[in-house]
Amino acid sequence: MSRIDSRGPSRLARLPIVHQLHQSVGLQRGMLVAGLVITTLFVLTAILAPLVAPYGYSQLRGPDGVFGAQQPPSGTHLFGTTVGGYDVLSRVLWGAQTALFVIVVAVLLSIFAGVFLGLVSGYFGGWLDRVLVVVCDAVYAFPSLLLAIVMSIVISGGKSDLVGGVMAAAISITVVFIPQYFRVIRAETVRIKSEAFVESARVLGAGNIRIMLRHVLRNATRTLPLIFTLNASEAILTLAGLGFLGFGIEPTAASEWGFDLNKAISDVSSGIWWTSLYPGLAIVLVVMGITLVGESLNDLADPRLRGRRAIGASAGLVAETSVVPGGTLTAGPGGLDGLERAPINPNDGEATS
Amino acid sequence: MTTVATTPAAPAAGRPPATTAPKKKQAGGGIVRYIVIRFLLIFPTIFILVSMVFWLMRTTGDPITAALGGRLSADQLAERVAAAGYDRPILVQYVEYLGQIFTGNFGTTISTNRPVSEVLITYGAATAELAFYSLLVAFIVGIPLGMVAAYWRDKSPDASLRIFAILCYATPVFFSGLLFKLIFAVWLKVLPVAGRASTSSELQMQLLPGKTGFYTIDAIQTGNPAVLADVLTHAVLPAVALGLLTAGVFLRLVRTNVIGTLGTDYVDAARSRGVSEFRLVRKHAYRPALIPIITVIGLQIALLLGGAVLTETTFEWKGLGFMLSQFLQARDFVAVQGIVALLAVIVALSNFIVDIIAALIDPRVRY
Repeated sequence: MSRIDSRGPSRLARLPIVHQLHQSVGLQRGMLVAGLVITTLFVLTAILAPLVAPYGYSQLRGPDGVFGAQQPPSGTHLFGTTVGGYDVLSRVLWGAQTALFVIVVAVLLSIFAGVFLGLVSGYFGGWLDRVLVVVCDAVYAFPSLLLAIVMSIVISGGKSDLVGGVMAAAISITVVFIPQYFRVIRAETVRIKSEAFVESARVLGAGNIRIMLRHVLRNATRTLPLIFTLNASEAILTLAGLGFLGFGIEPTAASEWGFDLNKAISDVSSGIWWTSLYPGLAIVLVVMGITLVGESLNDLADPRLRGRRAIGASAGLVAETSVVPGGTLTAGPGGLDGLERAPINPNDGEATS
Repeated sequence: MTTVATTPAAPAAGRPPATTAPKKKQAGGGIVRYIVIRFLLIFPTIFILVSMVFWLMRTTGDPITAALGGRLSADQLAERVAAAGYDRPILVQYVEYLGQIFTGNFGTTISTNRPVSEVLITYGAATAELAFYSLLVAFIVGIPLGMVAAYWRDKSPDASLRIFAILCYATPVFFSGLLFKLIFAVWLKVLPVAGRASTSSELQMQLLPGKTGFYTIDAIQTGNPAVLADVLTHAVLPAVALGLLTAGVFLRLVRTNVIGTLGTDYVDAARSRGVSEFRLVRKHAYRPALIPIITVIGLQIALLLGGAVLTETTFEWKGLGFMLSQFLQARDFVAVQGIVALLAVIVALSNFIVDIIAALIDPRVRY
């Protein structure tokens, strides 16, 4: 994110997340750390699901015979079994894998498509730009879940096998997200296009593609990590919503939390709580973890929202390493006396670095 | 379609005199022009959305094969397809479809053989009622809590409220709905499990001569307090489940904006004049913070309609969203297309209204 404008003490501290960890303080640091811990746990669970899950996601019988339907939590089934006779704990753990897969595919696809469209549209302008803006605005205003429903009808006809179902969900979500990346990148491109360094590149004879990739794109991607985290959490919610409406992935193909919640609707009326509670909690936890990270990054990027003590802390950090005419700040012009009389504006401190 | 409130607040003096119209009341001309332009922008939006839905749905083939394929022999299927006109060139169908939508004809459902517009009218009222109650919950919960969080910024009330707001966002409506159902309807037995009213109340309201479909209004018309209470208790859980989703958004918005206004000079000035802290937040900092909220309500309506589909399915609230998921399961894509197209129109219209309100309140929005 702010690799350019931050001068941490070491190379490590300049890495995106590590830098924000240094910058944050108090409550904000707590939120960021909590979010990072939950997100890491989620990713680990997704990768290690085959090892940590006691049974397979579509397993109906163990060594002691058939699991049985709607069994309450017990020693053999810590979270009980579903109405279809699956082990709830295993399905919750395997569900992380499906969710992670969908997030990665959806976000990568939408970043590529959105960034490409935004860059071309903003750079060249003209009628293509105008058409794309109107279309993206229309799509952006539309309820994203409905759009995802329409897309998944188109892609899979509502039917779902393993790769088909996951890809259908991922691509449906992609279409919802493209306008967001498009808007951000386009706005940045339009702004950067008129900067002096772009003009000088053109004077030097650089081609359009070179300017777009080398000069505009690199400067336009600052805000992407923010949208990325916000979209990742939205991707999980949309996937779960699709699953809940019956567009999920068949239980034999993969495990999906929203689909399990759909099957649990009738259980709730008869007081069976374990089939709905655990998949739901999994969704809440993962979305919360990713949102906490995104929110913290957002607040830290905005000086008005950054924790007030954090400003002082980061300014101090900058002051130590900043090179000012006449030596470092500790022995600046006028000595310590001069420093104390002049109020140190934290924003100025950052600007000089 | 949100008009960003940061359009340069260039005063009339800043404009080159050559382009200023020789009008006396510039502000009045500005707002009328803005409304007209904004109104004309609705049509491309609706056109794009409706066309997109049509073409996307049609790439999978015709709706009759999708709904009945496998259940009928190939000959019967071809006969039905030809009878409905789906064997004609797709461009002809597209033009016909646009014409039909313009006259309010959204086609006929395949699974129940009813006009889609009739379905929309019958169930639209239920969705509107749910959306209204949810917005009410969102305002009542989100706005005061947002002011509390802003005032005690970075203190413990702020911390817990921010976690609450994130929880509101992170919990899918169908999960919170199921939990509420489990706790309040199944375990505590204080609220009904599902539906819009109990059977006896529904029967009483069916007999009304001027029934509107809005159960609250109908219940008042029966003059029977028991029916009204029945209808209202049925609405509590769905409205809270859906409303909390939006409440979280409102809370965060109010918090950010009140923090912004609390730092301004005029708030400092008011504080130095001895205005009480409560009045400071309530009157001075809160009012200007409302404008950004009004501008985002347009997007919230889209979110609310998407959430309504899930909430209605969870609570068997027989509105458009519930019907949509029923039609989806029946693979009745004519009905799905009709409902989605109508929702597109509603979203476009509500965005228009919100933009106009925002422009009336804040002159900087107009351009």
